[in-house]
Amino acid sequence: MPIEVVHLTHCYSEGSALRTVALNDVSFRIEDGEFVGIIGHTGSGKSTLVQHLNGLLKPSSGQVLIDGEDLNGEHVNRRVLRQRIGLVFQYPEYQLFEETVAKDIAFGPKNQGLSAAEIDERVRYAMDCVHLNYDKYAERSPFELSGGQMRRVAIAGVLAMRPSVLILDEPTAGLDPRGRDKILTMLEELHARENVTILMVSHSMDDMARLATRLIVMSEGKIVAEGTPREIFARDDMMTSIGLDVPEAARLCAALRAKGYSLPADLFMPEELKEHLLRLWKEGSAC
Amino acid sequence: MLTNITMGQYYPVDSRVHRLDPRIKLVLTIAFIVIVFLAKTFLGYALILGFVWLTARLANVPFRMLLRGLKPLRLIIVLTFLLNLFFTSGATLWVEFWIIRIYREGFLQAAFYSLRLVFLVIGTSLLTLTTSPVSLSDGIEILLSPLKKIHFPAHELAMMMTIALRFIPTLLEETDKIMKAQMARGADFESGNLISRAKAMVPLLVPLFVSAFRRAGDLAMAMESRCYHGGQGRTRLRVLKITRNDWIACGAVAALLALIILEGIFL
Repeated sequence: MPIEVVHLTHCYSEGSALRTVALNDVSFRIEDGEFVGIIGHTGSGKSTLVQHLNGLLKPSSGQVLIDGEDLNGEHVNRRVLRQRIGLVFQYPEYQLFEETVAKDIAFGPKNQGLSAAEIDERVRYAMDCVHLNYDKYAERSPFELSGGQMRRVAIAGVLAMRPSVLILDEPTAGLDPRGRDKILTMLEELHARENVTILMVSHSMDDMARLATRLIVMSEGKIVAEGTPREIFARDDMMTSIGLDVPEAARLCAALRAKGYSLPADLFMPEELKEHLLRLWKEGSAC
Repeated sequence: MLTNITMGQYYPVDSRVHRLDPRIKLVLTIAFIVIVFLAKTFLGYALILGFVWLTARLANVPFRMLLRGLKPLRLIIVLTFLLNLFFTSGATLWVEFWIIRIYREGFLQAAFYSLRLVFLVIGTSLLTLTTSPVSLSDGIEILLSPLKKIHFPAHELAMMMTIALRFIPTLLEETDKIMKAQMARGADFESGNLISRAKAMVPLLVPLFVSAFRRAGDLAMAMESRCYHGGQGRTRLRVLKITRNDWIACGAVAALLALIILEGIFL
């Protein structure tokens, strides 16, 4: 189910003095099975963009095509489409409301009109995806869990609808390193095992370096760069000019290069950098 | 969809009227209400209208903003007019039709009473249009503070007002976000009968309450960690001061009061 965004423009408070252009002529295409990262500074239009992708916001002009069909067309059932394109908002744990974890996760499938047996199967599947033990957590209240666990319950609530595309807005924001790692591992598995197309918005370049197959860089409502993480993180001057970081490893790499070490431009994974430095060190000690 | 609601009717421009001390403005508004009730003739009303118009000019508030305040009360105003028109008897019969009799006195009284309502609304709108909710609750606190002697919680009341006003936009934003999040999970807020709609509100209201309580807890903690312990011995960041403009405003209202009283005696 490829997603295509064509000349999408969105203005808030259209027709008043407070009119602000949040998205300005944005176009891109996401193929099945991709893991796309959207990065950009606060206020660059990322969150506005993802809300367009399942029809929660209507474009001021331009189109969002799902499977070649206009999302805002007249005879499109947006409620059904929304279930195929799962959207996980920022701080999704604040949307939990049921008495038990299982009931909360069942909210989506219930709205899809599934039978009780199917709903139960979906809940088990979703809890398995987010590494929550069914027997241990299903009957607990979501409000007595830890922050990271609550977030995983919320993500499970979206996964239970079995979307073929999963969109996440800052899924790791405000979590401790362990909670963050759990979410990222989970996404990695979901992408590899279930072949779900994933679109993730994040501030964390290290998360992106680890997961994304393609990056879209946004600034002031426009797409300023698009490419593999390797291509994007090599352009650290462009990244700093729009106020973004590059991953830790890439930064260390740049600092070493400034000291006169010759390192390739596309090092941004900690493991690769380690290998490279070890090799340099061995060569150095050899002579 | 919900973020476009502006709070109260405060009209944010700078003017001499906006800068007046909120305490003075509150007292003068009460005085204005008394004046409206004291006026006995249409000439008095003309004076009051002139005063209101002048104040609105000085405050840089468009007159239609004042009239907007009448909208929610239009039913009461029209009802007042009609009741007085049909049920007042007098000497000069104007219209007689079936069981309806309209006298000249009835018409005048109807016009008089409904105009009185209009002036009351416009006068108080002038206060809320030119005073931000925060300074208004500041003013209320100080005016009520003599009542602290009889253990009336003036400071607490004003603090509650200020906090409530502060959190209205935040909660609206939160509502919008949760609504969208549940819609993304297939929730339907728009269709169905009354009962199913009320049921559909549960996934919205529960998270909203949870977050309101969480925010309240956080706020209480933050206030306490900065040693807040009620109004006792608390000083203010912006100390309210009576300026020359305040005296001028008092003078203007006093003059209006004098004119209305004189007009009541001699006409």
